[in-house]
Amino acid sequence: MHEMSLALRIIEVAESEAKKAAATRISSIEVEVGRLAGVMAEALTFCLDAASRGTMAESAKIVFITTAGSGHCLDCKRDISVDEFPAQCPDCHGFGVTINNGTELKIRSISIDDNEGRQDNV
Amino acid sequence: MCDSCHCNGNHDHQNVTIHHRSSHSHNHSQTEKTIRVERDVLDKNNTLGAANRAFFARQQILALNLVSSPGSGKTSILERTIRDVGRELTISVIEGDQQTVRDAERIQATGAEAIQVNTGTGCHLDAHMIQSALPQLKPTPHSLLFIENVGNLVCPALFDLGEAAKVVIISVTEGEDKPLKYPHMFRAASICVINKIDLLPYLDFDLALCKELARQVNPELIFFEVSAKNGDGFDNWYHWLRQEFLLINTVENS
Repeated sequence: MHEMSLALRIIEVAESEAKKAAATRISSIEVEVGRLAGVMAEALTFCLDAASRGTMAESAKIVFITTAGSGHCLDCKRDISVDEFPAQCPDCHGFGVTINNGTELKIRSISIDDNEGRQDNV
Repeated sequence: MCDSCHCNGNHDHQNVTIHHRSSHSHNHSQTEKTIRVERDVLDKNNTLGAANRAFFARQQILALNLVSSPGSGKTSILERTIRDVGRELTISVIEGDQQTVRDAERIQATGAEAIQVNTGTGCHLDAHMIQSALPQLKPTPHSLLFIENVGNLVCPALFDLGEAAKVVIISVTEGEDKPLKYPHMFRAASICVINKIDLLPYLDFDLALCKELARQVNPELIFFEVSAKNGDGFDNWYHWLRQEFLLINTVENS
């Protein structure tokens, strides 16, 4: 289950960013998962639950942004949408398709409790 | 900027899903601050993979990452390859398995240098494991390095180890539709070796169909049909290995 390696990395990056901002708790993590990334959001959620135990992200909400897949048919020379592999052109039914989008796997943002800001305002 | 998720708006908001976890409970009255991160989850692995690739290029080492389901015959293919071309080309091997040093011992018996990397509960090798194994293995400059990945057609597809190519191995005792079932691996690979062809007379395996389905997933795949048992088809595989080996040496020397 490669999602566990990915989950550990997500928590590592989230904690490092939160520490830079002097936060004590991460309230949410936003992850972009492309439809063609080869990653199951459900499996990733399961692994994030385990990977975040005892970390600043222990109770964080996980927000997934699913990005659609798209490609380019090398025969028709047109852009097409691709939801899964094999990528087949709906017009010529050929499989000569290059992928443009949908393989993304990114940590977009994290939300933290702004303790520092609150203290500064006191 | 998109207000819902602070991105550049290049996605469909119907596809935003929030996973509340059982332990999700905190004081919402605290001030929340959002920090944009925009980091590829695989960035660390990819950076280490690039460092491995640069090392292989400097040393003129042709590194190939062998991937397959368990039991397809990766180790048998390696044993035969080392026995047949090991005098002509220096070959070393990184063996990846969850447990045991059995495969490394099989490879060492052929006379090649081999190191075993046990992933424990892990399901794939990553670039850091390869980076850590290299100082111990010390592959010779101008040589061939085979990385035998954990038998798994899913997870190793995502992890760049710094190899020149992923070689996916399938055996004719498996279903012809493996490429459709595990498309990410067949897309990540550039070479497909079909093993155990000596068994074709006894099976219903449709070789042409298997190749056709694999080409649907990855039209660029190059195929080799071999039998690690009797050696059939290995000449083509060796010809390709020699060509690739010469290519990296020529490129680096030019």
